[in-house]
Amino acid sequence: MTSRLRSLRDNARLGLVATHVANAARWARQHQDTVRGFLFGSRSRRGLIVTVLLYAVLVAIGFVYLYPLLFMLITSFKSPTDLLNPMVQWVPTQWYLGNYVKAFRVLNYPSTLLASILVSVVPSVIQTMVCSVIGYGLARYRFWGKGLLFALILATFIIPPQNTVIPQMLTYRQLGLLGNILCLILPASMGQGFRSAIFILIFYQTFLSLPKVLEEAARLDGASDLKVFLKIAVPSAIPAYIVSFIFSVVWYWNETYLTVVFLEGGIQTLPMQLSKFVQAYENLYPPGMVNIFDRINEAVKLSGTFLNILPLLIMYFILQKWFVESVERTGIVGE
Amino acid sequence: MNVRRGFRPIQTRYRLREASYGYLFVLIWIIGFALFTLTPLVQTFRYSLHDVVVEATGIRMQYAEWKNYTRALFTDPTFVQLLVEYSIETLVSVPIVLIFSMLIAMFLNLKFRLRGAFRIIFFLPVVITSGPVIKELVAQGAASVPQIARSAALLDFLAQLPTAIRNPVQYLLSSFILILWFSGVQILIYLASLQKIDKSIYEAAAIDGASAWEAFWKITLPSLSTTNIVVAIYTVITLSHFSENKVVKYIYSQTYVIRGGIGYASAMSFLYLAALVLILLLIYLLLASRVRRVSA
Repeated sequence: MTSRLRSLRDNARLGLVATHVANAARWARQHQDTVRGFLFGSRSRRGLIVTVLLYAVLVAIGFVYLYPLLFMLITSFKSPTDLLNPMVQWVPTQWYLGNYVKAFRVLNYPSTLLASILVSVVPSVIQTMVCSVIGYGLARYRFWGKGLLFALILATFIIPPQNTVIPQMLTYRQLGLLGNILCLILPASMGQGFRSAIFILIFYQTFLSLPKVLEEAARLDGASDLKVFLKIAVPSAIPAYIVSFIFSVVWYWNETYLTVVFLEGGIQTLPMQLSKFVQAYENLYPPGMVNIFDRINEAVKLSGTFLNILPLLIMYFILQKWFVESVERTGIVGE
Repeated sequence: MNVRRGFRPIQTRYRLREASYGYLFVLIWIIGFALFTLTPLVQTFRYSLHDVVVEATGIRMQYAEWKNYTRALFTDPTFVQLLVEYSIETLVSVPIVLIFSMLIAMFLNLKFRLRGAFRIIFFLPVVITSGPVIKELVAQGAASVPQIARSAALLDFLAQLPTAIRNPVQYLLSSFILILWFSGVQILIYLASLQKIDKSIYEAAAIDGASAWEAFWKITLPSLSTTNIVVAIYTVITLSHFSENKVVKYIYSQTYVIRGGIGYASAMSFLYLAALVLILLLIYLLLASRVRRVSA
């Protein structure tokens, strides 16, 4: 009797378990797509695993990418004792500013900064304006030899500066212009500045993509070609002007080959001063005269490097939208 | 017929007027090209055929036929070696930049939070890359992934390899991050091209049962074939004009030798230009053959 009862109860319990299992299986079947969708994604949305992987990969690449900058920033805050201490890797024992004070003096910061701004902004303004005129001419008018002109513009992009720089330098020397900012302004004012070809192509693409209707209407109303360009084309191409200008500033700022050849002995820009940092440092702090902690070390050099890029970083973070959306805004893909 | 004949002079006159205004707009470039590119280029070529001596009042030139060129190619061991190293390094870097920037562009083309922040990170190097900055970073060993580049096992392995393979690999290890740093503008170009691809093509392919993997090879990559050429040319030019480039530095150092320096540097510039054009041609032909195959 008891055994029958027990087996009955067992059967009932088994039945209960079976129902639970069946229920769970049904639930899983019902929500299978949801669970799988949550983890692996579906056609309409990305799954959790993919999202985590995406962020992990991007963060890892981003770290590798920024490693030199982080290294520079951290090292520049290390005091001489921290530099010698192998235990100190990523976190200095104190935020030591002495390197920056020295680098500031060695770079002669205020005056070289001003020179750098002058040398990058003035040619950039001129280059942007001149390239827009040329780009407009190429985009809006039909004339013979346009193909040849494009080939030559591409050639100016390919030919390395050292193929044309020596005769220019000798001419400037004869004219007594060496060390003067005019050496950079003159080529820029005729569309031969640093990377002018890119800017001409940017403006060509921009003006090509603007509708012609407005300009034709203005022309019918009797506006001259120059007026059409200044009053209609230029205002509608403002984004291209801004993008070209900031890229031009960045490239002129970072350009050292031309500035060294043309300006050495005259204007001193920040990158020029950085390239002879060791020499300038030893002039200011002669190695035989100062104690061992004031000798030049990598922390001081990297402070100088950071001071060199600091203005660009500030400009970048203020104008970042213009940089990262530049290609979309101007529509240049070069096709 | 009569009507057309009556219109023709007006049309020609209109075309002439249009052309003359067009020339007016580009005139400044033509003058500039003649003054600042063509004349110096011809002059540099003349220097390269002469023995140039710098004096207090000016320069004195003595015709030397192709002596500067033979000196660069056959007598000077440094120049040829640097030129070969430069060519190999450029040919190694270009595919890396291409693949890396395409990958990052495809990541950034997805929709996710913080996309803007990652865009800012990947474009940052464009803003700060200048010769002296890169030089400092390389000198301090900040340009490579430290744990990998300095591991003993790897160095042992490298020592076994023949020099022809070892040098490119070593270059890759020591300046890997810097190669990636040259991809900023390229990422933007790829991103713009990716956004131009019609979304409906992907939808149609998905309905036909294509996986994302197939869609990449059959849709994305063929659509990017022209962009590849643009990006490759841009990369080669950027690497070749960079002021920390070995050949550029060597030519610059020779320019200021008083006796014969200018002539010799000019000859080397032209040889460098020839190498650069050859590399461009090679890459163009490689990528253009792909374009033709894809479109056929």
